[in-house]
Amino acid sequence: MKKYTNTGNKDTRSGFGAGLTQLGKTNANVVALCADLTGSLKMDEFKENHPERFFQTGIAEANMIGMAAGMTIGGKVPFTGTFANFSTGRVYDQIRQSVAYSDKNVKICASHAGVTLGEDGATHQILEDIGLMKMLPGMTVINTCDYNQTKAATIAIAEHKGPVYLRFGRPKVANFTPEDQNFQIGKAVHLQVGRDVTIVATGHLVWEALTAAETLNEQGISVDVINIHTIKPLDNKAILDSVGKTGCVVTAEEHNYLGGLGESVSRVLAQNAPTPQEFVATNDTFGESGTPAQLMEKYELNAEAIVKAALKVIARK
Amino acid sequence: MSLVECFTFEVEKPIKSMSDLQNLEALVTQVRRDILRQVHKVNSGHPGGSLGCAEFFVALYQELMDRNDDFSMDGKNEDLFFLSNGHISPVFYSVLARSGFFPVEELNTFRLLNSRLQGHPTTHEGLPGIRMASGSLGQGISVSIGAAHTKKLNNDSHLVYTLCGDGELQEGQNWEAIMYAAGNKIDNLIVTIDLNGQQIDGSTDAVLPMGNIKAKFEAFGWDVLEIEKGNDLTSVISGMKNAKSRTGQGKPICVLLHTIMGNGVGFMMYTHAWHGKAPNDEQLEIGLSQNPVTLGDY
Repeated sequence: MKKYTNTGNKDTRSGFGAGLTQLGKTNANVVALCADLTGSLKMDEFKENHPERFFQTGIAEANMIGMAAGMTIGGKVPFTGTFANFSTGRVYDQIRQSVAYSDKNVKICASHAGVTLGEDGATHQILEDIGLMKMLPGMTVINTCDYNQTKAATIAIAEHKGPVYLRFGRPKVANFTPEDQNFQIGKAVHLQVGRDVTIVATGHLVWEALTAAETLNEQGISVDVINIHTIKPLDNKAILDSVGKTGCVVTAEEHNYLGGLGESVSRVLAQNAPTPQEFVATNDTFGESGTPAQLMEKYELNAEAIVKAALKVIARK
Repeated sequence: MSLVECFTFEVEKPIKSMSDLQNLEALVTQVRRDILRQVHKVNSGHPGGSLGCAEFFVALYQELMDRNDDFSMDGKNEDLFFLSNGHISPVFYSVLARSGFFPVEELNTFRLLNSRLQGHPTTHEGLPGIRMASGSLGQGISVSIGAAHTKKLNNDSHLVYTLCGDGELQEGQNWEAIMYAAGNKIDNLIVTIDLNGQQIDGSTDAVLPMGNIKAKFEAFGWDVLEIEKGNDLTSVISGMKNAKSRTGQGKPICVLLHTIMGNGVGFMMYTHAWHGKAPNDEQLEIGLSQNPVTLGDY
């Protein structure tokens, strides 16, 4: 098995902030907008370095999305920042008409996604955003797994022409992907090579998937682990190649099983190679207050849950 | 500096000669015909608000806007226009076509399958002249503020124009944008409100009274001016030129354009009934007879 080392827990939102800071220096067309959450989104450094390219919109997300769409006319590349809940559900129609349907080059950057937002509770924890965004024609949907990957993704999406939804989180989690990685939109990262079961994970669940793979390996089960950072467009080939070998799959995500990564994988399999699948995801429910670790445990979004699902799906082969 | 240079300064185009004005009036009449014929053909669309804004669109595209010959999405070094109340697409399409953005004959395809002239304007089909989809209301001011910011970032001194319906102001996003524009001194922006007092379900006062719109914009920090005769071409041109002269002074500009829904077609005027309803064959003939051919039908 390949060994991955956590170089120290870091929050993915700080990866976004670091990426944006770098873009500020390298791409004069990048502008940033924030709806009163500059500190939470780690956009302070960009704001300090480029006050003329930073736009504080106040607590007015709909206006922020519309403004971002307008700013693209004349060549700017706007990055909007607020919590995932306010980046999607609150402004869905603005994104749909002014960004997606109008094919505007807006990067919607969404922090505090999922239950790991923690103590603020369900009003602020969104578990439906991947589904909302992947349904929009032309929208690219990315959910990164650690600090380094989020930084790399932030830089990469500036070069991509078209609307992007970049989803990341609040808590400090393992940072294990390479600092100098070449982030390719739509290209899965194959983390472990195995033959008995495939685990396709995204976001905070990728590290959990690696931990689960170690546990399973100790039980003599060989696991293929795929890090799907881009949910749309999905790397169909990586998934099909893997399940062609293993014959079963577990999908893992911090999102409702309805509308999430798991359903996207199911569609690919149903059309090409029907395969037993188990879902590690929330079960059509809202979240609640608690620490991130408590919530991941209660909602079965951790390594233990992935191991359980893997054993179950192997038995179904 | 030479004496000549001393006395060389940019002036607005002189007020139109009578013949120029007559040409523009003729265009307004033809635009009304285009509106009626577009919606009649497909038995759908929004003639009322479109007719009320014919003078505004002609003034904007023929007199006010500094625009490049070739359409580009980026619109650098030219004025931009965003239609927020996208349902009045028939007037927008007619004036765009007759201003050379696309062939006038294409008006024949309004709302048809595979047409670039969708029910509501969109960039999706690549129709020249459209830079943003609209239809779901309340989004145009935000978009315009964004475009206005980019103009400033690009050191482009051109203006951004927007048209909104009055009923549309019931959408909350507008007030986010109105607050932002004043707070951030977006003074290269002219937002015109089509004040016809009508919306689908009835008069704006009957549906949801909005109180004093002028006072509301002023309270938010905008420079507001009114064009009382929004269906008088000369008044619209001079009013909009006045608005233009007030840009660059630290405040966004709001123009309250008093219009009559259905203007120019007797039976459509002063009612909300024709907001989103097409005339039948007989009604079309009456409407067209009140607006005889000027430039020629498509």
